[in-house]
Amino acid sequence: MSLGAELRALSLTEAIEQIRAGRFSAVEYGAAYREAAGRDDLNAYLEVVAVREGEQPDPSAPLAGAPIAIKDIFCTEGVATTAGSRILANYRPPYTATAVQRLLDGGASLLGKLNMDEFAMGSSNENSAFGPVLNPWDRDRVPGGSSGGSAAAVAGGLAPAALGTDTGGSIRQPAALCGLVGLKPTYGAISRYGMIAFASSLDQCGPLTRTVADAALLSSLMEGVDRRDSTAVGIPGGIAIPNRTDLKGLRLGVPRELAGEAEGIEAGVRAQFERALALCEELGAAVAETELPNAPHGISAYYVLAPAEASANLARFDGVRYGLRVADHQSDLTEMYERTRAAGLGPEVKRRIMLGTYALSSGYYDAYYGQAQKVRTKISDDFRAAFADFDLLVTPTSPSVAFKLGARAADPLAMYMSDYCTVPISLAGLPALSLPCGLAAPDDGGPELPVGLQIVAPAFAESRLLDAAHAIEAALGFDCAAVRREIGVEGARNG
Amino acid sequence: MADFEAVIGLEIHVQLATKTKMFCSCELSFGAEPNIHTCPVCLGHPGTLPVSNEQAIRFGIETALALGCEIAPRSIFHRKNYFYPDLSKGYQISQYDIPLGSSGRLGEVRIHRAHLEEDAAKLSHLGESGRIDGSDASLVDFNRGGTPLIEIVTEPDIRDAAIAREWLQLLRSTLRQLGVSDCNMEEGSLRCDANISIRRRGEPELGVKTELKNMNSFRFIERGIEAEIARQIELVEAGGRVDQATMHFDPASGSLTVLRSKEFAHDYRYFPEPDLVPLAPSLELIAEIRAALPELPETRIERYIGELGIPGDAARVLGFDAAAAEFFEAALALGGASPSALSGWVTGELAAALREAGHAGVGDSALSSSGLAALAGLVEAKTINRRTGREILVRLVSQGGDPVAIVEAEGLGSVSDADALSEIVDRALAAQPKAADQVAAGNQKAVGPIVGFVMRETKGRADGPEVTRLIRAKLGLD
Amino acid sequence: MIDRDRVLQVARLARLRLDESSGEVEQMARELSGILDHVDAIGGLDLEGVEPTSHVVDLVNVLRVDRVGPSLRREAALAPAPDPAEGSFRVPSPQA
Ligand SMILES: [Mg+2]
Ligand SMILES: [Zn+2]
Repeated sequence: MSLGAELRALSLTEAIEQIRAGRFSAVEYGAAYREAAGRDDLNAYLEVVAVREGEQPDPSAPLAGAPIAIKDIFCTEGVATTAGSRILANYRPPYTATAVQRLLDGGASLLGKLNMDEFAMGSSNENSAFGPVLNPWDRDRVPGGSSGGSAAAVAGGLAPAALGTDTGGSIRQPAALCGLVGLKPTYGAISRYGMIAFASSLDQCGPLTRTVADAALLSSLMEGVDRRDSTAVGIPGGIAIPNRTDLKGLRLGVPRELAGEAEGIEAGVRAQFERALALCEELGAAVAETELPNAPHGISAYYVLAPAEASANLARFDGVRYGLRVADHQSDLTEMYERTRAAGLGPEVKRRIMLGTYALSSGYYDAYYGQAQKVRTKISDDFRAAFADFDLLVTPTSPSVAFKLGARAADPLAMYMSDYCTVPISLAGLPALSLPCGLAAPDDGGPELPVGLQIVAPAFAESRLLDAAHAIEAALGFDCAAVRREIGVEGARNG
Repeated sequence: MADFEAVIGLEIHVQLATKTKMFCSCELSFGAEPNIHTCPVCLGHPGTLPVSNEQAIRFGIETALALGCEIAPRSIFHRKNYFYPDLSKGYQISQYDIPLGSSGRLGEVRIHRAHLEEDAAKLSHLGESGRIDGSDASLVDFNRGGTPLIEIVTEPDIRDAAIAREWLQLLRSTLRQLGVSDCNMEEGSLRCDANISIRRRGEPELGVKTELKNMNSFRFIERGIEAEIARQIELVEAGGRVDQATMHFDPASGSLTVLRSKEFAHDYRYFPEPDLVPLAPSLELIAEIRAALPELPETRIERYIGELGIPGDAARVLGFDAAAAEFFEAALALGGASPSALSGWVTGELAAALREAGHAGVGDSALSSSGLAALAGLVEAKTINRRTGREILVRLVSQGGDPVAIVEAEGLGSVSDADALSEIVDRALAAQPKAADQVAAGNQKAVGPIVGFVMRETKGRADGPEVTRLIRAKLGLD
Repeated sequence: MIDRDRVLQVARLARLRLDESSGEVEQMARELSGILDHVDAIGGLDLEGVEPTSHVVDLVNVLRVDRVGPSLRREAALAPAPDPAEGSFRVPSPQA
């Protein structure tokens, strides 16, 4: 086994400890990943970023010089940032996103920019202008989306940890499909400045990692007030590195609409979910059923609100100040706009812009946008009521394990249903984490694939969420076999 | 023409005099090199977010309060969506259903609403005409993009073009005295659109209105509104019908052209701006801002007329010119001259003398408030006549000094010896028999040559009104 | 339900050119109708008197001090522009 492979078998936290202990240097650690990322055959990377000139890893910094890969939705000064879209294919932002800057300030080295569904619109990463990303567990299957590149890179041993963004499930669902930990923090916990907007009232960034401790470490560095984002308030008390090993005294609620009663949850997923619930009880939690009566309306409300906001957020891609322009000398302004946007934006993005424009247009606002905002209120109320009786809620993250490439591509609505369990949490702005809880065979047959357990906490209760996830993680001992296989380290285990 | 009346409402956009833009920290500028005051936020780069300027919000509250508006306890920003190259995000951040201020009044005109928003960038059209038509490319300069604006919308309370102009002048001086804007129309820091309709007199219903866009001087506003009213009346009298449209007035040719007809009306798809949180000014803040408001033109004019008995014209001039009003009040406080005499000096002779000397205001001159008070006192007491007073004033404006000392040193006192003056008037009547006959026959104007004779004899130091009184008495007219 | 004409109208509002010859308009009409069918489920809910949520974070008055910060150098501002000219962003004329 090569030194590079040995280093890549470690979790981020373990690697940082070893760098501090002098077993290897951050430069060696970064080089191992840059070399592996350079051979990426998952199409996870859009660009591998070389070590900056004069970059001096500081072992005493929180991240000790470790390389971190970033979803290509975060602006990075001077480094191409495409949001997975042809319209930004040659865009180099003049500034860096706050979340990324905080990781760099914490001693991270920018490893590369990761593929994604165009403008974060998708649940399979098949909507990238730069081609689909493959799931390292099974290359015929999707890694989930929209942070599919982030999930594939970490699960495929091409990055120790990655940043993603989650609007309706875009961190949690790919984390589940790739056997990773994915945290979507409370809306407002981490600055959105520099994160290319999809749906501003829902977007939130977070880490995809191999362990809960890694997720806590990265989140603790990124959270906080930012004077450039009016909605960024940070997490009161910050985020502590979790060390809990039991769930004694915790009340876990299982919302029947998103678990027991929900249609479309695969048998294998259900079985692993049940097993996880039993384990939680063994760890001392009191598990009981609860309800979120309006959660089944989440997808409907979401597919009004998110496209509506997106239709405005994507209006700036007009060929005037940056990005693609398609026009000839005869083109008038309107033609320039229409041709630029027709050529630069992909079908799913166009579909959502159309949907959002329609929902906001004169005469339809109240029926769609206004009504969806009220549903949002009702869903938030449901969560508030549930959290009066429970400390945390648990559901499957995704109704299914990773599906085959192309399986849902022709049916937008089927694709949208991938986010059935994650969307209600987004609408309420709550923190949620997907934890790998086992493997299950897909309904359509084939080898076993990861299943994600979604844990939901009240707003700003990230520390409680991470603590519980840490206890379950330790008890489950999930083996990220994909990493092991990809890097050729038989016998090595994560977590 | 007499059958119709016009119904006019105004929409005014005012740039606020903050240091930085509404939602980013770029410096505000006018006339700078293009695109040197821009940043990722005001260029609408992906991922950027707006953060509201505290001072702009404060100016907005001050303006709304000065216009007698109620302040919304909680107001939010919306996105107003449309594509245009002067708009960097594809939407303008503006207030929509809940404006910062509403239901106010300034002068005789009710204010419908006053809301905050961001300005668009500047577009210049390349090509021969320099106008939109006929050019094939335009240049966008984002220096102005994102400048804080307050948009003031009146109720349709205005009935003619001259009143529209006068009211706008009152609004401009109100905002200038508040210090929220320099309100310079040429530089575009105050821009006015007018909504105009006509109806037959006595009819309660409003006619179809047209919108007259972006007139950049008071004169053009008046002329543009006049032209549009005339056009509508002509149209209706000829049996036609006014169509909803946006119009442009070309001051050079005096012609009106349609910019956009109703079929192209926008669908702005307003929705709440998720990147900004609500504004909820506390009652304490509102009370604090209200208490700190200066006396504004409307109140000042009312007080001058009502409490000081100053003639309306002079009161209005002082109301519109805060520096002159302050000078006036300082002089008045010293005593020695009546408010209306003093206001006459400030708005009449002093204004003329300052203009002649090329001073922008009294602050640029050497004249002190005590100098003016003393001078007005001398004239009011008839120690000197008005003409001498005017001459001394010109010297005070350029050199300063004490008018009492000047009068004494140079012997400029009026001829106040009644016998001496009476004797000179007798000689004047004898020297101008023709004029004397005409005055006696009732021609008032004929008194000129006789007064002129007296003034020559006294070297201008006789009291004009007293001379006239003597002439008339001697001719047996009173 | 959303028909072909409405699709074209909305596309115009959104400045998206749809390819009328390749059936893109009809496909869009079909897909949007399918999604709207699903979404219409919330139209039937009685939500009279429920407050709409536009922000999940309960915040007011987040303001910035009126202090000048750095702007971009003009070259940097214009560097990503498709058609910079005369220190500005050049665009086809907005013909009315
Ligand atoms: Mg406006
Ligand atoms: Zn700026």
